[in-house]
Amino acid sequence: MSPVTDNLKGFSVTFRHLFRKPVTQQFPEYKRPVYPRFRGRHRLHRHENGLEKCVGCSLCAAACPADCIRVVAAENTPEERYSPGERYARIYEINMSRCIFCGYCELACPFDAITLGHDYELAEMSRDALVYTKQMLLEPGPEARRTPVAPVDPYDIPAQEDGPA
Amino acid sequence: MPDGFIVTAIKSFVLVNLVMVMFAFMTWFERRLIGRFQVRLGPNRVGPFGLLQPIADLGKLIQKESLIPVGSSAFLYLVAPVISLFSALMVFSVVPFGGQATIPGTDYQIYLWIADPNVALLLVFALGSFSFYGFLVGGWSSSSKYSLYGSMRAVSQLVSYEVSLALAVIGVVMMSQTLSLTGIVDAQQRDGVWYIVPQFAGFVIYLLASTAEVSRIPFDLPEAEGELVAGYHTEYGGMRWAMFQNAEYIALIAFSALASILFLGGYDGPVLPGPLWMLIKMFIFLFLSIWVRSTLPRVRYDRLMTIGWKVLLPLATVNLLVTSAIVAYRA
Repeated sequence: MSPVTDNLKGFSVTFRHLFRKPVTQQFPEYKRPVYPRFRGRHRLHRHENGLEKCVGCSLCAAACPADCIRVVAAENTPEERYSPGERYARIYEINMSRCIFCGYCELACPFDAITLGHDYELAEMSRDALVYTKQMLLEPGPEARRTPVAPVDPYDIPAQEDGPA
Repeated sequence: MPDGFIVTAIKSFVLVNLVMVMFAFMTWFERRLIGRFQVRLGPNRVGPFGLLQPIADLGKLIQKESLIPVGSSAFLYLVAPVISLFSALMVFSVVPFGGQATIPGTDYQIYLWIADPNVALLLVFALGSFSFYGFLVGGWSSSSKYSLYGSMRAVSQLVSYEVSLALAVIGVVMMSQTLSLTGIVDAQQRDGVWYIVPQFAGFVIYLLASTAEVSRIPFDLPEAEGELVAGYHTEYGGMRWAMFQNAEYIALIAFSALASILFLGGYDGPVLPGPLWMLIKMFIFLFLSIWVRSTLPRVRYDRLMTIGWKVLLPLATVNLLVTSAIVAYRA
């Protein structure tokens, strides 16, 4: 093969690619579904009777390698009962700018109170806003389940047509 | 100035703006097309098909902070992009986009070129070299080693390729017996053949050398981002950077126009009006340059010099000798 035919071959390859369908997925309009076990934004769960599963034991904070969870526990009283146990999490904060989404908190939790959800749109306008509070994390959260879960293999989804005009 | 001062001034104003529109379109077209070459979409958010992207870019660039690097020669630093842009735009003063035309609705006849000096081709090459003063001065005055390397590369590349480029074009000049660009178009009509056929070797050399002249991939060594950040415009930002980019793209458009005139008969063509033919032919070359950009990697610097001096220059010389022999034999 001479340099000339080599180059011509390369040109023909790029020219053929010109007529292929673009693989681009138009993000804000089309959100790619994630796998069921995708580790995204955390959620704090409730029991069926509405009480919080979290008892404020801080094992998640201990397990966290990025040290981004802060738990301050308080005693439940008969008048104000938040969780079935003795104590509940008065403050539960996750600093999302530090979280590495390893899922250790999920593993450490003895009550399955915290799990990693599917939301990956976690951009905020300020760093302060990235400290997610208990109200934001507790199910049903205001923005929970923004991201669809894959009905099929997410890597097998056909490319989208051209974006908005 | 065949049309008189006022008409020429109006024509220049219109032409400069048209060229700027072509530049804006070209940036969009290039990004869009490269996207498709890479099986992506390219910019598609601003306006239909992303057509307003250049305007959005302009808006962003205008807002940027304008700063002068510490240790730079402020005057030269500021004047460098102006030199480049000015000389790139000046080339269009001699590029003919058609013969004579009547303004619709009136009987008024104008020429579709600004000026038609009998040394037009020489002027184009002089201006092409002049724009490198902008790169040289800009790189030197920004007091940055990357800029300096970039501008040195730009100049040595220019010196290497200008020779082959000129020799390739001289073949056309010999056949047409004129340096005037309208004269060359007329000569191709007279000979009944576009010079791409008898001057094919010259055409190939012209394509390669002009790619190096406008420092496009694969010959964009002056701004090789892998080793030189951005070459001579490393220290430039905002609108000054945009002026360098502008100059580069306008030089590309100018060399496409020149290739159309020298080798593809310029505004000569059947059925369609002359300016449209001219634009179609320029478009072919612009497409080609984007295609090349999306296909070839950047050449190594020593190979760039090897191609220039050991391949293109001998080829151009042989082409010149053969052409001159044939022209002399015919005459």
